[in-house]
Amino acid sequence: MSYELLCVIWFILLNVLLIGYAILDGFDLGVGILHPFVAKTDMERRLVMNSIGPLWDGNEVWLVTFGGALFAMFPNAYASIFSAFYIPFVALLFALIFRAISLEFRSKRASPVWRTFWDILFFTGSTLAALLFGVAVGAVMQGLNISELGDYQGTMVDLLTGFSVSVGLMTVALLAMHGSIYLYMKTEGELQDRLFHWMRTTYFAFLALFVIVTLWSTIFVPASLQHFGDYPILWLVPLLNFLAIANILRAINQKRPFYAFMSSCFAIAALVFLFSAAIYPNLLPAANNPEYSVTIFNGASSPLTQKIGLIIVAIGMPMVLSYTAIIYWTFRGKVQLGENSY
Amino acid sequence: MDVVLLSRLQFAFTVMFHYIFPPLTIGLGIILAYLETRNYLSRDKSFAVACQFWTKIFILNFAIGVASGIVMEFQFGLNWATYSRFVGDVFGSALAAEGIFAFFLESGFLAIVAFGRDRVKRGFYLFSVYMVALGSCFSAIWIIVANSWQQTPAGHHIVEIMREQTLADGTSGLAPWIVDGVVQRRAEIVNFWDLVFNPTTVQRLSHVLLGAAAVGAFFVLSVSAYYILKNRHQQFAKHSFNGALILAFISSLGLGINGHTQAQNTYKYQPAKMAAFEAHFETGRGDLNLIGWPDGEEEKIHFDLSIPGGLSFMMFDDFTFSKTVVGLDRFKKEDRPPIIIPYLSWRAMVGFGGLMIVLCGLGLYYNYKRNIHEKRWLLWSFVFAIGFVMVANQAGWIAAEVGRQPWTVHPPIEWTDDGTDLITGPDGLYNYDENLGLRTSDSISAAVSVEEAKTSLILFTVLYLALAAVWIMVLDRKIRTGPTPLEKHEDTDDHGIRHAAMDRQHARLDKEATKGGSI
Repeated sequence: MSYELLCVIWFILLNVLLIGYAILDGFDLGVGILHPFVAKTDMERRLVMNSIGPLWDGNEVWLVTFGGALFAMFPNAYASIFSAFYIPFVALLFALIFRAISLEFRSKRASPVWRTFWDILFFTGSTLAALLFGVAVGAVMQGLNISELGDYQGTMVDLLTGFSVSVGLMTVALLAMHGSIYLYMKTEGELQDRLFHWMRTTYFAFLALFVIVTLWSTIFVPASLQHFGDYPILWLVPLLNFLAIANILRAINQKRPFYAFMSSCFAIAALVFLFSAAIYPNLLPAANNPEYSVTIFNGASSPLTQKIGLIIVAIGMPMVLSYTAIIYWTFRGKVQLGENSY
Repeated sequence: MDVVLLSRLQFAFTVMFHYIFPPLTIGLGIILAYLETRNYLSRDKSFAVACQFWTKIFILNFAIGVASGIVMEFQFGLNWATYSRFVGDVFGSALAAEGIFAFFLESGFLAIVAFGRDRVKRGFYLFSVYMVALGSCFSAIWIIVANSWQQTPAGHHIVEIMREQTLADGTSGLAPWIVDGVVQRRAEIVNFWDLVFNPTTVQRLSHVLLGAAAVGAFFVLSVSAYYILKNRHQQFAKHSFNGALILAFISSLGLGINGHTQAQNTYKYQPAKMAAFEAHFETGRGDLNLIGWPDGEEEKIHFDLSIPGGLSFMMFDDFTFSKTVVGLDRFKKEDRPPIIIPYLSWRAMVGFGGLMIVLCGLGLYYNYKRNIHEKRWLLWSFVFAIGFVMVANQAGWIAAEVGRQPWTVHPPIEWTDDGTDLITGPDGLYNYDENLGLRTSDSISAAVSVEEAKTSLILFTVLYLALAAVWIMVLDRKIRTGPTPLEKHEDTDDHGIRHAAMDRQHARLDKEATKGGSI
């Protein structure tokens, strides 16, 4: 296998991990974003939290593995991106910690003050995480000013452009919609009726932001369509994405949440794909001097490491998929509170 | 304060906080696996009660371990970008393997252990408990491989990074990448298994796992000794105490034996670290210092009370008490680790380790004599011993990592043919090959400013202290409440709420069913 091919394979595998994370933890974060709005009583809040109770931890591992794989296979990109987004990523870690501990601690006491505190933290953590993921994606698409070694030369404020913030908000709306569809599948009765309206509200919020971000990136972010001229087949992805997004609303209105959820998963996958297609072959485009860009070729590990990684994936991934299948099968159906719930 | 110090403080603080939890979950995981097996085989209700109690505590610890663990993985890129570029090819594989092989395994099956007792068959539940215990041990393996590699690198070579560029003759081709006159280098894998089994992996991993077993066992001892003293949950407490005491004794003894050979191994590959542990300044016969206060400037120990030749004995099992031990005087000032911190933390670890063995020995003796419940002082010692075991664990890591300084990737050590001394330069000092290692001061992120590093350090400090307070509060409540008998839900408020919740959801389900609505 040639070195270039290995780099491309790993770029694709990283996308698989990122899509896996975005879809799976995406609904966890979406549930967190909606938590204070859709659940009125303590009982409902517990139902909402327990809908992701057994799943969120495993879903977050996709992010951990994505981080580990980026470190192993593209160490220069890992180093440059993480140190560039220093304060935002520290905030992201805080957000993920808030999410994790609020789930764990909320049920430990009955006091309303205690529970409200963790509710707020759960919402804050989930929303902040979604927002920051989006901002980072937007900022990377626009490119950063970096040194020849790949070290960021700018301040935190430079990262917050109109575009990156729009992508951040779109991500929040997208995951809220994704989470509302998931919750609709997992609940019943009055709570589920209320969620019907939330599915539609978040859908239209997402749609509006999606239109803004699409226009903005097409017109002002030249990278976004750079490969579409050479490979017209790529147009299939945005086309299918539009169909999927349209189908979400159709399925919601028909009260077929599973179809809506599948379409929403597809839309997330398509958006991650479009992001990757926009930056390819860069992992961190340099806005100041294209030669400084960290690419999947100049930022990659040695071929031997990449091959070892492929062996690890070949052994590990079937196991991972089987655990995931077992867990989702075990906790299928409507969420129920029991002896061991949060 | 500069970015190097701030980044080091932050890494030390966050990893020390994180390291409260993995040993607890690894240790409790082993104990849970045992209890669940007994529960599965005997159907004795008392085991079911014990399982339920320890599972809840296990999950609480696990959650904070996960939350604080993700910080560790991302911190390499956040604060140590130059280090990450240098080691990524080698170090990253271990982290990726950890994610795929360990974290997915434990998080997946933890869901079943935590929430699925009523949803899966008993056999599968037992299997899930085994998988969680196995997963937490696996997660120790890969990170220890990575850490051991930076202490005693192997299975790699250091290469100049090649980049496509315009060559001197005007054509374009690959040439070493030079930035500001510095040739860029990095470590690349040559042999994966040599990397995994580098000279210290096995010993350090055994030490870590034994340490984790000791933490788990002493944690159980602490809680059950407390119940025995307070005359509560007697049967539960005695069962737990007896089992944990045996595990605690074996692991403490194992730590001592393994620690001894590990120290000898450390001397072989990182003699400066060993010299700092023992404040051994002058190359020659090594004295084993018992009491004193080392002074790096004057190169001596104040208030020195030592066993003459004791260190020579410890390093070489040398009954003549006279063999030469390389001291700090073989190293340039800038190549020496700090002394006070490794010296003190090393002593704390060894000292508490010794006490652990003594305590367990006494416990076993009085248990055998069947009058341990009369020895209230001993039981109280067990209640508080967990704190010292935790300190010993942390102190061991502090000694190992501060003793590694001033390197993040330790360069190799060259011994003379007879292995008694280092190959030194004409000035009598050892010359590390700088190109084969990486200094801590050269490892940081150039993109991070002092203000940013300060901000994050303060934020982490505040968050983790608050988190520790909440954790202790919740844990304390769980322990005070104690194990709850099965099939008795009315006694606590918490269970009352849960029951009401279940009833309501069931009522709703019934209503749906009678209406003929879809579920």
